[in-house]
Amino acid sequence: MEALTSILFHGLAYAMILYIVSVGLSVTMGLMGFVNLAHGVFAMAGGYVTVTLMNTYAVPFATALLAAFIVVALISVVLERTLYARLYGASELDQVLFTIGLIFMSVALVRWFWGPLPQPIHLPAILSGQLDVGFRTFPMYRTFLIVVGFILIALLWFGIERTNFGAQLRAAVDNRRMAESIGIDTRRLFSLAFALGSGLAALGGGLGADILAIYPGYATEYLVYFLMVVAIGGLGSLRGPFVAALLLGFGDTACKYLVPQLGTFFVFLAMIGLLLWRPAGLFGRA
Amino acid sequence: MTPALETAGLHKRFGALVVANDINFRLEPGARHALIGPNGAGKTTFVNLITGRLAPSAGRILLNGADITALSQATRVRRGLGRTFQINTLFRGLSVLENVSLSISEREGVSGDMLRSIAAHRTTLEHAYALLQQLRIADDALTPVQALPYGKQRLVEIAIALGLRPTVLLLDEPAAGVPSTESAIIFDVIDQLPADIAVLIIEHDMELVFRFARRITVLVQGTVLIEGTPTEIAADARVREVYLGEHQHV
Amino acid sequence: MARSPVDTLIRRHRLRAIELLPWLLAIGAYFVFGDYLALGSQILIMILFALSLDLVLGYAGIVTLGQSAFFGVGAYAAGIYAAHVSGEPLSGLLVGAVAAAVVGLASGLVILRTHGLTLLMLTLAVTALLAEVANKASFITGGADGLQGVDINPILGVFSFDLYSRTAYIYCLVVLFLGWLFVRRLVHSSFGRSLVGIRENTVRMHAIGSPVRRRLVTIYTIAAALAGVAGALLAQTTQFVGLTVLGFERSGEIVVMLVFGGIGRLYGAFIGATVYMIAQDTLAKLQPEFWYFWIGLLLVLIVMFARGGLLGLVDKAIRRFR
Repeated sequence: MEALTSILFHGLAYAMILYIVSVGLSVTMGLMGFVNLAHGVFAMAGGYVTVTLMNTYAVPFATALLAAFIVVALISVVLERTLYARLYGASELDQVLFTIGLIFMSVALVRWFWGPLPQPIHLPAILSGQLDVGFRTFPMYRTFLIVVGFILIALLWFGIERTNFGAQLRAAVDNRRMAESIGIDTRRLFSLAFALGSGLAALGGGLGADILAIYPGYATEYLVYFLMVVAIGGLGSLRGPFVAALLLGFGDTACKYLVPQLGTFFVFLAMIGLLLWRPAGLFGRA
Repeated sequence: MTPALETAGLHKRFGALVVANDINFRLEPGARHALIGPNGAGKTTFVNLITGRLAPSAGRILLNGADITALSQATRVRRGLGRTFQINTLFRGLSVLENVSLSISEREGVSGDMLRSIAAHRTTLEHAYALLQQLRIADDALTPVQALPYGKQRLVEIAIALGLRPTVLLLDEPAAGVPSTESAIIFDVIDQLPADIAVLIIEHDMELVFRFARRITVLVQGTVLIEGTPTEIAADARVREVYLGEHQHV
Repeated sequence: MARSPVDTLIRRHRLRAIELLPWLLAIGAYFVFGDYLALGSQILIMILFALSLDLVLGYAGIVTLGQSAFFGVGAYAAGIYAAHVSGEPLSGLLVGAVAAAVVGLASGLVILRTHGLTLLMLTLAVTALLAEVANKASFITGGADGLQGVDINPILGVFSFDLYSRTAYIYCLVVLFLGWLFVRRLVHSSFGRSLVGIRENTVRMHAIGSPVRRRLVTIYTIAAALAGVAGALLAQTTQFVGLTVLGFERSGEIVVMLVFGGIGRLYGAFIGATVYMIAQDTLAKLQPEFWYFWIGLLLVLIVMFARGGLLGLVDKAIRRFR
């Protein structure tokens, strides 16, 4: 029983991070059909910015996270306008090659400036330690992640449902040509969505530094997880990746607890199976 | 006489939207049959159901008397069902000769051969070239299709389907997008299609329809409105109503 | 005498004199670069690996980042075979090929039902899954430390591997030659042309009765077997197999090599792999951290400006001077 609550708890925290990082990718893929394998780079960058501000410049945790969001969002807009935009009509292979090129470049840069080892993360005192809920204790930080995760997701979903921007985004994902014909500037919309998604990824990278270690291999090692969340959830969907993140988060944590010798083997197998059953994702359109 | 193609109660629905409404259709051997109807009537959907690109919600499809409803696209083609596409669906980077020889290779069963050079199947290429000559595009044999004018591309589109030697040929708007200066040759090619092929043509161009068709089916919102000879169709008040002066043919 | 178009088309597939050039160069290199035969062997192995990727990516148009899965399976299978069963090299190659082909067939049957991002992601997932197995099954694979004890007997009982990699070089050259013979024949066959058809317009291939999925699974399996042979060669010539054979970098690198040379051209694999490996050997020694930076930049520039790779640039130059 104790094991079960641990698995659910840690799995949920992991799922939150996966979702926050991947949701941007789902939206931009659904909106522009652009295969951005370099999405993990934004999460990685967010992690490095957060950790460096905290460790080297003694910036408080919340401020560092905010800075990571803004800095990475800005960088992503510049990249999008200058490079990505030229490849929107390009073949899938071209987009894959381009984004792999970006991955290689950023990994090399990161390794050059920060070295190959994982960055140490010193959590603020109030978020460390254990939270005592009577019948058992939970790690404080994971609890924080779950709470913050829910808040962010609520804000995101509320924003997409209730704001003008959100309505335009949903329309454009649904049918871009139709949206354009009623006057929605999809190019600008996409840049904003791209920036938001990349910023969120950065936030996820910084928040999740405890779970997904910040090191040069981040963008390549965790790429398959982010892609799995998006592919299983369904491109362009907002809820789909959440369900997928939960499945992946719980599944991966459960495997690590119950069958550590096999590790992620079963999870991969299950995820592959899921995609074969529903190739368009759980909530995607065929 | 067994119809070359027949559908019985062919029905397709997407949720509440019915795009093919219990269609009963017969195509006789050697037929020259046109399918007309306003935009959105479900003509291309009907073709996609017959070829197997789309699975029906209900109903059966019979090719030369045999039930093909459960068969894959490729199997239906091998049984003699050929089609062209409304928008050119060609092998863009390849030459005209290569485009056509791909379908002839499939029909002649040589395209699974991975151990012998293409030179060993010279006759296949020569059959392809002969077909090009028949359609009078042999001069462009080695030209990449994307360099051809749209009208000639449309001919390649038809040639690829003819290379399959189908018993039933579905032509989806063969004249669509072709400038009037180039369409004469397409009309000629359709006129000269072998008499033993059953041809169903979907068209908006009424000149082509009345020139070509011996029977016409009118499809409106997925339902067959009326079927008959060109004279009967032209005289029918409901057909005129449906087209409302757009394509009236006296 | 005017040549018929059919003749012209057939002539395009005929063996041309220039196609013998790579072999002359390879044989020449044996004598001229006697001190670099270890690097030479690795180049030959990468060419074979790149050829296998060209079949899948260049000819059939399957966008995959998982070709290294088969390379890795071949390497581990041959390595484990040599370490635990027999050091005989030729049977080791067969073991590597078969193991990789089995994994290729199984994964191909399963993932070639999908396309686009889902397919790409599944190729990554399969590779990650295999890497996980290799990592965890350390009692047989050596885990993170790598597989050791890969001792190889003399080839055909006569030619033993020497310190100067002379035997290794000739061994790899012969295997590559045989592989190339097969690949070249396949690519110029009717089957090969149907693959190009699938790449250029899958929808139309279905509409002309082509068994598309069966063809894709077939080429995927064949390419897997070839990659497996390349992996087996690696295990046998370096006498070691590490986890990096299943890493993302390995997959990315082979794609870079092929794209750099020119995909769907067969010889792009030769040029790309050779230039990449030589450049890596010289430049990476100077500043290893920045090697991947320049490779990444090169990839971005290729996509933007030189999509056909080196062979594409050569084509353009030839056309300019006509």
